[in-house]
Amino acid sequence: MKAFSELIDRLVLTPARNGKLALLTDYFAQTPDPDRGYALAALTEGLDIPAVKPALLRALALERIDEVLFAYSYDYVGDLAETISLIWPDTGRTEEDGSLSLSAFVETLSATSKLDAPKVFASLLDQLDPSERYAAIKLVTGGLRIGVSARLTRQALANLGGKDIIELEELWHGLEMPYRDLFAWLENKADKPQNNALALFRPVMLANAVQTGDLDGLDPDDYRLEWKWDGIRVQVSSEGGVRKLYSRSGDDISGAFLDLLDAVDFEAVIDGELLVGRPGEYVGTFNELQQRLNRKTVSQKLQKQYPAFVRCYDLLMLDGTDTRSLPLTERRKRLETLIQTLDTERFDLSPQLDFDDWAQVDDMRKQPEHPVIEGVMLKHKDSPYIPGRKKGPWFKWKRDPHTIDAVLMYAQRGHGKRSSYYSDYTFGVWQDSEGRRELVPVGKAYFGFSDAELKLIDKYVRENTVDRFGPVRAVTATTEKGLVFEVAFEGIARSKRHKSGVAMRFPRISRLRWDKPANEADTLETLESMIETAPVD
Amino acid sequence: MQPSDLLKPMPEGLYCPPGDFFIDPAVPVHSALITHGHSDHARSGHHSVLATAETLDIMALRYGDGFAARRQAAKLGSPIDINGVKVTFLPAGHVLGSAQIVVEKNGMRIVASGDYKRMADATCLPFEPVRCDVFITEATFGLPVFRHPDDHEEIRRLMHSLRQFPDRTHLVGAYALGKAQRVISLLRQNGYDRTIYIHGALEKLSSYYQAHGIALGTLFPATLETGNKDDFAGEIIVCPPSAFSDRWARRFSEPMACFASGWMQIRQRAKQRGVELPLILSDHSDWDALTQTILETEASEVWVTHGREEALVRWCELNQIAAQPLHLVGFEEEAE
Ligand SMILES: [Zn+2]
Ligand SMILES: [Zn+2]
Repeated sequence: MKAFSELIDRLVLTPARNGKLALLTDYFAQTPDPDRGYALAALTEGLDIPAVKPALLRALALERIDEVLFAYSYDYVGDLAETISLIWPDTGRTEEDGSLSLSAFVETLSATSKLDAPKVFASLLDQLDPSERYAAIKLVTGGLRIGVSARLTRQALANLGGKDIIELEELWHGLEMPYRDLFAWLENKADKPQNNALALFRPVMLANAVQTGDLDGLDPDDYRLEWKWDGIRVQVSSEGGVRKLYSRSGDDISGAFLDLLDAVDFEAVIDGELLVGRPGEYVGTFNELQQRLNRKTVSQKLQKQYPAFVRCYDLLMLDGTDTRSLPLTERRKRLETLIQTLDTERFDLSPQLDFDDWAQVDDMRKQPEHPVIEGVMLKHKDSPYIPGRKKGPWFKWKRDPHTIDAVLMYAQRGHGKRSSYYSDYTFGVWQDSEGRRELVPVGKAYFGFSDAELKLIDKYVRENTVDRFGPVRAVTATTEKGLVFEVAFEGIARSKRHKSGVAMRFPRISRLRWDKPANEADTLETLESMIETAPVD
Repeated sequence: MQPSDLLKPMPEGLYCPPGDFFIDPAVPVHSALITHGHSDHARSGHHSVLATAETLDIMALRYGDGFAARRQAAKLGSPIDINGVKVTFLPAGHVLGSAQIVVEKNGMRIVASGDYKRMADATCLPFEPVRCDVFITEATFGLPVFRHPDDHEEIRRLMHSLRQFPDRTHLVGAYALGKAQRVISLLRQNGYDRTIYIHGALEKLSSYYQAHGIALGTLFPATLETGNKDDFAGEIIVCPPSAFSDRWARRFSEPMACFASGWMQIRQRAKQRGVELPLILSDHSDWDALTQTILETEASEVWVTHGREEALVRWCELNQIAAQPLHLVGFEEEAE
């Protein structure tokens, strides 16, 4: 447990992505099986052990230490898990014993009933040192909250084995704790694990935003044009009777869309946009779609009120054959054929649009034919399906230049009826300098969201606080983790008063992008490029 | 005789009326007994100072030779008579030269322990517990959450980090008197034999320690004049903690802030200071050492000063030992 607790402690204090990667890679290299496998699970999917509630932990501590001394200590430390980890008496643990291993800890707890969990957990704490106890408490109270995403962890594994992260992401959902076969492969001691699991996630191909001059010299005839629909990008994966719906970052969101999955009766992997409504009749707004997101399950009523469907963009597998290396036009042909056999209430095709030149595309993206379109997509006709965001084959060009995606950095408590909520938000965009990515605050907003959304943001702020200054909380905002806001504004100008050098007029939160990875928020460069296109009067 | 007839808190510090002297006074006085060289205990400007020879030397290094008009070296374990009060200096295990001061008269014995620790430390003599009527204890880490881990283990964490980040300069913040030399000594004891670079503020004291036979190995000033910034990649530089935020720190290759302090036990403290590698190394007693020492002295009364008095007073109450906080001015939280 020592190596794991040291890893956790150091990750929290290491700000740089490369530093985190070095710590993770080193841990996986130095730690034997099955400990490292359990650590990997803890950092990604979570461990399947009984939860122990904070109130119960406190009660366990108070059985062992004077209440007044506990109160002085908690008051000073300010964090319950940390207080308990430090104050817990060292009983019957000698240096020679060596510490309890992470696997012994996990295996003991997972074999324990919910009822016995507190007692067993207390006896495990007796066998650990303070820093290990802290890690143990974090594991049973759920959520390590150390600013490390599952993706970063997989990157560390890729570095360990000198593999491409895409290869790891493809394997990922088919693997099982404690991942012995994965580590053996990474260390060149065994072949790549056979992925027997079906309906896996395939890493997604992404587009770059059109910047000034990007389209100059490109032949319009080489590109295919589609609307960019304002839902969430998903992947429907169906093989051998296993059906899954994944978000574009590979999270399994099947549970919330069983109505959609019920209609899946094909052997294929489809890339598309998840929307609510009825194809050909009605497409719901993003707000309507949001009623169905971030839920583990969805009631019949919600399923009826907001039926989900997929507007299909691309085809990655068909009847056991990988189609990703085929040119777009070939994949499209197969997709068009496949679509004709699908449930028309749940699947339709994203139409390809006619255009003559880039000026016409520019007009189209500014005035789309439907309110639930946020711009256009341009895809090279010969492009294979390449995971990641390579520049050139695919572009996106958004309708409204006056919105940006920014990351929540600080939240402040509001006034009046909002005084118990964190309702005033400072957001930032990325700045890249000397190989480092940093968020630069670019504005503040305190309206544009509903009361229900306010509650969700408030909860997020409280659960992801990294620092406090009076009424202000700093929240986790790293390339790995952060809450993305779509911010709309009336104009933007240069400003000497702001650290970022730009000032927005009337910024407001136009949308919460729970689905968007923080690293994909906009950059300061993008903001600066909007200055000319959006004059401030 | 009441204990307070022998020692009592005054605005200037702890005062002995029959002996007419102060212990660690906060302002210049006629006659001062000094437990050790840290600046909140040892101040310049007293008329006469009685302290161990090492503490007198350290005061001269810090304040110049004129720090007091008269000075007298106390030999450890040899009683001295001051106006009919018997005074004995005994090692406190805190830093080089640190001492507890035993004050006795008419069968009443009070021990002013100054700052002390119980963990073994190659850079100073170990603490000797003394049975007494009143034990005056510090409480810098006087909360049950302070549990100092093994110091060799902490140093090995630093050495492990050097292997993990071979291109980064490890800047180790450590208090100039005592902690810095202990960090270096621990590194040597654990087989680290490369040159260790030190900030200018540590040079005099480190040389003094070396002159006293404490093995610190090869030390070199951490200046850039001799080369370029990459020269320090993967090296250890020991500096006062305040130097992290100075321009001085920016000249090194991807500096990693490491901080050797008992406060590093609290994660929020490390975070606030931007410390990437906290090393829990303290020259004070942790909670277990404080309470164990109180029991060993068999004192019937405990005076608690210098830190978080309330928790230790509560613990004494629970253990049927009379205790009171001793409110002395002049001791800041000894952060480093
Ligand atoms: Zn001291
Ligand atoms: Zn002190």
